[in-house]
This record gives sequence, C-alpha cells and structure tokens, in this order.
Amino acid sequence: ESCPSIKNILLLDSEGNRVAVKYYSDEWPNNSVKEAFEKSLFTKTQKTNARTEAEIAMFESHIIVYKFVQDLHFFVTGAENENELILVTVLQGFFDAVGLLLRGTVDKKEALENLDLILLCLDEIVDGGIILETDANVIAGKVASHSIDAAAPLSEQTISQALATAREHLARSLL
Amino acid sequence: VDYSPFLGIEKGAVLQEARVFNDPQLDPRRCSQVITKLLYLLNQGETFTKVEATEVFFAVTKLFQSRDMGLRRMVYVIIKELSPSADEVIIVTSSLMKDMTSKTDMYRANAIRVLCRITDGTLLTQIERYLKQAIVDKNPVVASAALVSGIHLLQTNPEIVKRWSNEVQEAVQSRAALVQFHALALLHQIRQNDRLAVNKLVSSLTRGSVRSPLAQCLLIRYTSQVIRESTNDTQTGDRPFYDFLEGCLRHKAEMVIFEAARAITELNGVTSRELTPAITVLQLFLSSSKPVLRFAAVRTLNKVAMSHPTAVTNCNIDMESLISDQNRSIATLAITTLLKTGNESSVDRLMKQITNFMSDIADEFKIVVVDAIRSLCLKFPLKHRSLMNFLSNILREEGGFEYKKAIVDSIVILIRDIPEAKESGLLHLCEFIEDCEFTYLSTQILHFLGIEGPKTSDPSKYIRYIYNRVHLENATVRAGAVSTLAKFGAMVDGLKPRIFVLLRRCLFDNDDEVRDRATLYLNTLGGDGAVVETDDGVKEFLFGSLDVPLVNLENSLKNYNPSEKAFDINSVPKDVKTQPLAEKKATSKKPTGLGAPPPGP
Repeated sequence: ESCPSIKNILLLDSEGNRVAVKYYSDEWPNNSVKEAFEKSLFTKTQKTNARTEAEIAMFESHIIVYKFVQDLHFFVTGAENENELILVTVLQGFFDAVGLLLRGTVDKKEALENLDLILLCLDEIVDGGIILETDANVIAGKVASHSIDAAAPLSEQTISQALATAREHLARSLL
Repeated sequence: VDYSPFLGIEKGAVLQEARVFNDPQLDPRRCSQVITKLLYLLNQGETFTKVEATEVFFAVTKLFQSRDMGLRRMVYVIIKELSPSADEVIIVTSSLMKDMTSKTDMYRANAIRVLCRITDGTLLTQIERYLKQAIVDKNPVVASAALVSGIHLLQTNPEIVKRWSNEVQEAVQSRAALVQFHALALLHQIRQNDRLAVNKLVSSLTRGSVRSPLAQCLLIRYTSQVIRESTNDTQTGDRPFYDFLEGCLRHKAEMVIFEAARAITELNGVTSRELTPAITVLQLFLSSSKPVLRFAAVRTLNKVAMSHPTAVTNCNIDMESLISDQNRSIATLAITTLLKTGNESSVDRLMKQITNFMSDIADEFKIVVVDAIRSLCLKFPLKHRSLMNFLSNILREEGGFEYKKAIVDSIVILIRDIPEAKESGLLHLCEFIEDCEFTYLSTQILHFLGIEGPKTSDPSKYIRYIYNRVHLENATVRAGAVSTLAKFGAMVDGLKPRIFVLLRRCLFDNDDEVRDRATLYLNTLGGDGAVVETDDGVKEFLFGSLDVPLVNLENSLKNYNPSEKAFDINSVPKDVKTQPLAEKKATSKKPTGLGAPPPGP
C-alpha cells in the first residue's frame, strides 16, 4: 500500500517545448529521455480538446492527466495503478494556482515572464513525488507572499496585496 | 516573433551575471532574476560542468547574507536543483541550520526540506532534535515539511526516522488536514511490517476523524491491506472493515468515493453482494461530464468484468453510449468491457457498433479490441463465423504491422482452437496474403498454411493462392511459397503431380534461393510427379525442425577446421545464452500466434 506519488509535472507550450518541468522519478534518467517523453506525450495529446475539462490518457504505462489553456499545456503523470482523481486534483491545484499568480492571463509569455513564480509554485505542490498541497489558494498564497501565515487560505484582498508584490517582479523586466 | 524574456540567453553570460552574488551590497531583486535565469537554463536541460556547478553553488551560498525573503526562497530552490556534493554541502549547513530554528515559519519549513534533501547520516543525527520538534510544530507547513522529509529519509536512514515514531503518532492527531495525511503516510511506512500496529492504526482511525480526502484515501488503502492480511472468518457475516469501505462510498470527495469503490472491487474473493454498492457508484461515474471520472470508472469496471462479468452487465447501456466517447481510451475500454460482459445474443449487435468505431481509433487501441474479440470468440465458439468475418474485414483495411499481426495471430489461434472455424479461417488468410504488404506476415502465413492446409478435407483449394505468390511477390515470399507447395506435395500424395508441375516452373525463377529450394524438393519428394508416398525420413529432413539453435550451428561451423574428420552436427551445443530482450509488455500472458518477428536489419 503506497502513498500517492507524482512522477512528473510538465508545463509545455503549444509546440511541445518546455516552459517549466519537474521530474520526481528515476524512470527518466537523463535529459534526452525526458525530452523524448515530452515530445511523444505532446504529440499524442495535441489533438484532443482538454480546454473545458481535464483529459486523461494512458501513455507508456503511465496515467497522464492534462489540461490546456491558450498556448500552454499542463500535464501531471502518475503510475498506472494510481487513483486518477488524486492526479487530477494535483493538476487542478497547479492549474488554478498558476491562474491566480498570473492574474488570469495564462499564456506562455506571462508564464515565462513570471517563471520564478511558476517554479516556486511547483516547489510548493510536490516534494520528491509526495503531494504537499492541492489547494490553489494556499499554493498561490505561499508563492506570492512570504510574510503572511502560509497555512491560512487567503481572502481576495490579501491575494491582491500578495500579487502586488508579484507585479513588482514583472516591473523589473528581465533586461 | 516568438517572444521570450529568455531569448538569446546563454549559459556563459548568465554565469558571469552570477558574480553579483559576491557583491558586498546585495541587490535582492537582481540576484533573484539571475537565479531565475540559472533555473531556466537548468530546466531547459542545459548542462553545467562540475566546475561550473560548484562555482554557482559557492556563489549562491553568499546570498544567505541577505535578509530578503523572496531571495531566500529562490536560494532554497536553486540549492536543491544544484544537488551539491557532500563536501560542498558543508558550506551551507550552518546557514540552513540557522534557518531551521528561525522565527520565520517559511524559513524553518524550507530549510528543513533543503537540509533533508542534501544531508547525509552524520548531519542528520545533528539536526534530528529539530526535526522531531518540527513534526509537532504548530505551523502546519513546518510540520508537513518535516514529515515529508521523513518519508524520503526513511529510504536512506530508516533507523533514525523510526526514532521519531512518537512525534509522528502525535502528528496523526493533528487537526490540520495535510499534516495528518503526511503523518499517516510516514507512520504507516515506519510500521508497515508490523501487522498488529497497522491493524491498530486502521482501527483507531476508521473510528476517529480523518481530516482530508487524501488521508482518507490512505486509510482506505491501509484498510485494504489489513483486510487482505486478516485470517478469513468467512462464516461470520461481513468482512472486517467492509462497512467502513462501504461507508466511504458516500463521502463528499470524489477521490475518496472512487478509492473506496476500487478497493472493494479488488477485495480477495469479493462476492456479488459486496460488489454491488461499488458498482452502483462506478456506474454513476460513467455518465459524468468529466472524462477523468468516466475513465477511472470504466477502467475499474473493465477489470471487474474479467472475473465477475455478470456483476457489470447492469452497466451495459451506459457502456454502449461510451463507445462514441471523444476520449478514445474511454471508448476502447467500454468496448472491451462489453466484449467481456456481452452474451451470445448481443454479439452481432456489438460487432456492428464496433465496425464503425474501428476506423476512428489508433492502432494501439485497435489491437486491444482485437484481443478482446478473440477472447469473445473462444468464449462463444458458435459465433465464429461472424467474428471471423469481422477480423477478416478489418485485416483488409488500413493498418500498421503490429495491428495486422495481432489480427493474424488471433485468426491463427481461432483456427487452432475451434475446429469448425479452420476452413474459413485458412481461406481468410489466403485472401489476405493476396494483398499483404508485410513480407514477414506473408511468409509466416504461408508457413502456417503448409502445416494446416494438408490436414483439411480438400487441400487442393489452397494451391492456387499459394502458387500465385510465386508469381507476384518478392523473393523472400516466393521462396516461402515454394516450400509450402512442397509441403502440400509431401503430405498429400494425390497432389504430387500438380505440385511437381508448379515446382518445375519455379526452376526458372530469378532468385537463386527460390531455384535451389525448387530443385531440392523436386529431387527429394520422390516419384518424379507420380502419386507416391514421400518417405518419412525425407519429410523429417525437409520439414522437421533443426534440433540445434542456428547461432550455435553457425559458431561451430566457423570453428570447424577442415580435416579428415567430418563435421559432426551432434557436437553443436543445444542451449543458447539468450540476451533478455527489453520487453515492455503488459503482464497478461497472451496466447501466441505466429510468433515474434526476428530482430530487424
């Protein structure tokens, strides 16, 4: 009986290139293996409509749940016998947290300009394959502000306060 | 133009930029940006040499001097990404230990995660005290950080982590949802070999309060484990803890409902009565608007259908509507489930629905369906005609090698196992090779025809198909056809005159293998075209199997030194040191069809 385990979380663009990825399993021991996986997975799911509801597929004996928005493709991978609904909860947490952090403009450009937020987001969701947090408000809150008690779900006002800090990131463009 | 803030980014330039980490007056925002760039490079698969990685790491350690929280947060992330070696770790240990006891919760939580990621055994004993305190920390983020780190550390330093049992036990009682989840996971892993302890844990929690769906899912899994390991008190009523599982079917979180339903379907020797509430719930999921729910349900029901098909028949209507599901995995699972639960009278209707469906799906799904159809045919052999027709039709349509091979294998198995299907099956295969693009399949089928054809009531009807291959195909197939013709001639004396005529024509073939084979058979079958019996020894020589592996024979021949002593085939070793092929196949044992193709050129 094992603890639910996440094998990877991928954020790819609409051509299958990496925006931000995190692997938690040795099954992909080097970068070329990872890239091959990403390309195949992207190709296999590209034509499906995963924009309204999260979609699901079996791929190379893994379960993959995924969701698309604008030119971003979100993926979460688990083992073949994993509870699919747990996987989709993680996916939704990541997806919604990114939506909060990017203040509703969820596309590749915004993601790259706020890559630090995306990477911190990933860091708050899964640690070494173990789920840390699935609530998008909590995740976004922890990322956007460090002075607020991380465990308390944020009210709308505190979120906008917190995201004002994030906007500051944006202002200092990566020149 | 594809805009990216990282356009033109280059590792060397970023490493130069990282020098700002050494500034006496640190600019936190600037440093954060550089870290982001470094993380971007790492994420994109850029490789850092050992020297570069070490330099970056040392530079990053300087950033502990800044009190900026945003920067510190980025430092934690990049330290983990750089995975410093043991001797490098020492540089940051004291800074991290300081953070581990900081008043700032975020520092404590993250420093714990970083330290436990990069630590070794000796450092661990030094910080153990703080980790134990952290597990029962008031702040849930800190507690979770310590517990999750404990789960990881259990792999490398189990003796140390096991000493934290008391604290972990206390954390299981935490009111914070995820702390309980993490504590439960860790406690179970610590105690998993102690059956009694797990039993106690499950007993108390199934009666107590579980504060998150994730923890509830864990509890369901552990409960299943306890049920599995408990001695079977089959006489006295219900299974232990079955009521708990059944109760979870009414939980408000879907992940819990599903986990419980699945757990029930996987109980050892589960009865129909026990299954019913689980199947009811799964049936509801089948009509959900969410693909993930439909998929989870149909996948589970598909498995149940293997052992308890009647329990799933109530879902047939819902299954049938899933055949047109946009998600092809769901559709395929629905079809294969129906193929398992269908009865003889529904077979024809099912085949009609599947025919439309097949053109819509990819080869990998088609193969799954083909396997299911084969199983169905073996289950209802009287239906062989329509099922065989179906297989023959799809064989003639578009498809890749693996898919066609799967169909051919299925037809071969049906021919072998259902005597009434043999003649029509062989004819279907004959028709297929008239238009087959895969040399491997053609030759294997010809070989198979050579074995089965002569045994039928009227072998002559296959001759035309086989001989046509000698005209129309490539050399490999032609050679195979020649051998098959000879086989017919050897086994069926009455056909010898006709076979000899055909074989003589093959003597004029362009290819020498074809000519050689024809020559061999003409000279050994005997009778020169008359209706005589072929000697058993000749049959064995021509068509018997080679007793030794080809590889060994080749090696022995190479090692043979020409001398007066003739080469002795009995000296060839019979066993082969096989190199295990990496086979990523499902665990189910498939009945073999024609056999695996040889490794390609």
